[in-house]
Amino acid sequence: MEALEEGVVDGNAIGGLLIELFGTEMTTAVGTCAACGAVRQVAEMAVYRPMLGTVVRCRSCDAVLMVFVEVRGVTCVDLSGLAQLA
Amino acid sequence: MAGTAVRGRLTWQTATVGAVVDETPAVRTLSLEVPDWAGHRAGQHLDIRLTADDGYRAERSYSIASAPGEPVAITVERLDDGEVSPYLTQDVRPGDEIEVRGPIGGYFVWDPADGAAPLLLLAGGSGVVPLRAILRHRARVGSSVPVRLLYSARSWGEVIYRSELGSPADGVEVIYTLTRQQPPGWTGYARRTDPAMIAEVAWPVAQAPLAYVCGPTNFVEAVASDLVGLGYPPQRVKTERFGATGTP
Repeated sequence: MEALEEGVVDGNAIGGLLIELFGTEMTTAVGTCAACGAVRQVAEMAVYRPMLGTVVRCRSCDAVLMVFVEVRGVTCVDLSGLAQLA
Repeated sequence: MAGTAVRGRLTWQTATVGAVVDETPAVRTLSLEVPDWAGHRAGQHLDIRLTADDGYRAERSYSIASAPGEPVAITVERLDDGEVSPYLTQDVRPGDEIEVRGPIGGYFVWDPADGAAPLLLLAGGSGVVPLRAILRHRARVGSSVPVRLLYSARSWGEVIYRSELGSPADGVEVIYTLTRQQPPGWTGYARRTDPAMIAEVAWPVAQAPLAYVCGPTNFVEAVASDLVGLGYPPQRVKTERFGATGTP
């Protein structure tokens, strides 16, 4: 597991976004990476914010877990990188 | 899905800026009056949203600097190239309105119910803000949990909450490392954190301590790694990484 680079943050930073989308606190929700099976709380996932949205990656294998993009006021959500989120 | 009444508190609402306090030349604490505030826990944060006249919106997250039961306050560091922080630290006036969303966070929080384990708080720059909320909460509830705060700052002038941390509550020890500039006669740490420093300040693993590390990502990555290297179980090291802040 490599150290995250400066500028990369963690799931705490998207706590508000996740409350808006799921209606509840999600930083302690546990996600399972569909690529490598790593199990981790959302707060400890790697969060990248390129110009166009938010990308959440697995710290163990770097696979994309979640993608959030806002298009004309609507947030598009892709959770296909997670085998499970509970 | 939660009912409308609950969602009303979990989404944006208008807050009014109350008193402002300049902690350092680049750091300001703002008190906020939030009409439907549901209360908060020590370590949580809130989101701020500013909308310009042309409709342009900017959102940022700030840790809550006050303890549960105290008025909501945030401490903001002005970044030279910031979009939001120059406004919050220089332009905003008591009575101004800003949109807030919160409180947010269930991971980087401390409650006395977490037990009697000694606390190790590690702050990189403005990462001290949520840790100060934890210290204030501990004092308000009369907890006697032993605490050590290691606070890494670039210079003495950039230490936030200087006088408050200068007279800590019983059982709280504050250790500074000043990484760029030290006052004359300084005998404390004068370098960035490293495994040797962490080993000197960390509670022994046998005491089952609970660690909270907050600051820029580089700081958090290094310190969390050092603690795990000392034998701290990863689940006893809570981390919160800030985005763009000043370099160490």
